[in-house]
Amino acid sequence: MKHYLTGAVSGFAILASTAAFAEPQAEVLHYWTSGGEAKSVAVLQKEFADKGGVWTDMPVAGGGGDAAGTALRARVLSGNAPTAAQIKGPAIQEWYEEGVLADISAVAEANHWADVLPASIAAHMQCDGTWCAAPVNVHRVDWIWANAKVLTANNIDMPTTWDEFNAAAEQLQSAGIIPLAHGGQAWQDATIFEAVALGILGPDGYRKAFTELDTETLTSDKMKAVFDQMRIMRGFVDSNFSGRDWNLSTAMVMNGEAAFQIMGDWAKGEFIAAGQVPGQDFLCASTPGDGFLYNVDSFAMFEVAGDEKQQGQSLLAELVVGEEFQEVFNLNKGSIPARIDVSLDAFDSCAVLSSQEMNTSSENGSLLPSYAHGMALRGAQAGAITDVVTAHFNSDMSSDDAVQMLANAIANSL
Amino acid sequence: MIKWLETNTPKLVLAPSFVAVLIFVYGFIAWTAWVSLTRSRLLPKYEIDGLIQYDRLFASPRWDTAFNNLFLFGFLFITIAMILGLSLAILLDQNIRTEGAIRTIYLYPMALSMIVTGTAWKWILNPGLGLEATVRGWGFEDFTFDWLINPDMAIYTVVIAAIWQSSGFVMALFLAGLRSVDQEIIKAAQVDGIPTWRVYTAIIIPSMAPIFLSAFIVLSHIAIKSFDLVIALTGGGPGYATDLPATYMYTMAFSRGDIGQAASSAMIMMMVVFAIIVPYLYSELRSKDD
Repeated sequence: MKHYLTGAVSGFAILASTAAFAEPQAEVLHYWTSGGEAKSVAVLQKEFADKGGVWTDMPVAGGGGDAAGTALRARVLSGNAPTAAQIKGPAIQEWYEEGVLADISAVAEANHWADVLPASIAAHMQCDGTWCAAPVNVHRVDWIWANAKVLTANNIDMPTTWDEFNAAAEQLQSAGIIPLAHGGQAWQDATIFEAVALGILGPDGYRKAFTELDTETLTSDKMKAVFDQMRIMRGFVDSNFSGRDWNLSTAMVMNGEAAFQIMGDWAKGEFIAAGQVPGQDFLCASTPGDGFLYNVDSFAMFEVAGDEKQQGQSLLAELVVGEEFQEVFNLNKGSIPARIDVSLDAFDSCAVLSSQEMNTSSENGSLLPSYAHGMALRGAQAGAITDVVTAHFNSDMSSDDAVQMLANAIANSL
Repeated sequence: MIKWLETNTPKLVLAPSFVAVLIFVYGFIAWTAWVSLTRSRLLPKYEIDGLIQYDRLFASPRWDTAFNNLFLFGFLFITIAMILGLSLAILLDQNIRTEGAIRTIYLYPMALSMIVTGTAWKWILNPGLGLEATVRGWGFEDFTFDWLINPDMAIYTVVIAAIWQSSGFVMALFLAGLRSVDQEIIKAAQVDGIPTWRVYTAIIIPSMAPIFLSAFIVLSHIAIKSFDLVIALTGGGPGYATDLPATYMYTMAFSRGDIGQAASSAMIMMMVVFAIIVPYLYSELRSKDD
């Protein structure tokens, strides 16, 4: 019955299903429900239908994916997993350990994923050597955005070290401009923290601290310096920052009330939606220091029964990593393709810069997962770090105490 | 047959809801207790692993904050809401002309959901938008009221909003209590020339003990279950300064994939509720026996 109903949605499919003709089916659980994101998913749906597939959409809005995670858990526990679900980072491996993910190595090898994806991103898509997920895009997290006019008026260049940033911020502050637009939500505090940590610890230090959870690095003097810098940054935000949403901070940069914002490249979508031009009205640069922090959205593929569903899964995986979808989707979403061989002609200058730096950092080993966006660590550990970061940022805790708390919190979360 | 039905109909009618409560309340409490003894992460697991989750819970500074906040919030909220509610009830009890209208006005906040209350107070208390900005706009440049963004004071803003929401309800409870006191005794006292405040402190309030207990039970439930108010007003922030056990549990279960930890915090919350309910039930049951 359900089969007929879903078929009816796509009109002509009724004919196909009554003729008992096997067609690829996919039920996709995701949380892309806001304007630009929903448009991006519609692109995938259309491509899927064009290839003769039947797509069952299962969008679950709310809580930055928390609600979708709860829905997924209920589905998996009741033995009725969707074909694919939007899961990212180490959560993919966590689901794999529950024994519910499928092996899509055949598709991956036929389409040479290993050659077209950066190695560290490809590693996220593999479970015990087999491919179990398909990457959709790459968001860069360690961006610093600036209002071009404010910087020119105050004779300031984009900072390339944190000292330069501090000097520029002090100058702006005395000119009556809020140096750093920031919203006091835990994940935003963590976003700034990881950008500062990457700059001060360097790519190797960052890797040790946030992927290997190396206690020595976590309690080192350099980590104390990271917290010192966070304390300085706290002085650069305005007094109303508590609980502010990130897009409101972006608006503050847009209208010149504030000069800088440190945020992932989804902020670019806000600038562009407001009709601003990169390089002219607003500037983008990586935060001071080497390295590239990525936040990769992906679809994890679940074990499903039946030829139609398995075909649908393979088709979905193939399309998601296909060049065409990667280009169209990412133009809508503001991120860059996960494939390195997609033409960037249609992309803006910030995306081109992002893609170039992704390739160079992939070569020199500084392409690193964002901890604040759930790419580097499992939920419990990442959450434990964020608790300390946000507690430190919002109080007068000393850097020594913060480092000690960090070590304790991580030990307690394992 | 009819006789059998006569005696057994009540049991038959109650059986489905009895079974439902047995499964969906007590069954799930038992399930949560079980899970709280395991190392469950993303999905529940059932191998018992001792009290590890409780050790982790009590070693967590965030739980410390949440648990302390519960007592701070609960104590201030219950006490102030009761005092305010009682005072309002006594003032309304003076046979004033527009009592009906005023009673409705005070009771109305109760009709709002906590989300609305939280959002409204978030705007009122926002230093750049609400009270502080308004008073500064009047010319008092030094006026500061930034509790919402001050991690040491933020929990008190939750108290303020919760009291605003609930004190009207407490007032209604007390007003009903005041009206149920035997008018003969009050008149007798007035004939004897006893001042009104003595009538209240020595006669009316002591005879309202059951109302106090009901108000306390209702308010403590609101306090322990508080979740939406915090989410709307502060989002648990600044930092996690206004976390309550309910928000802690939600974060662990749904954001962090740490179901064991969430289950253990749920068990502690339930024990706090039991610590309040059990003495109440005990006193209730005993007084019926007498």
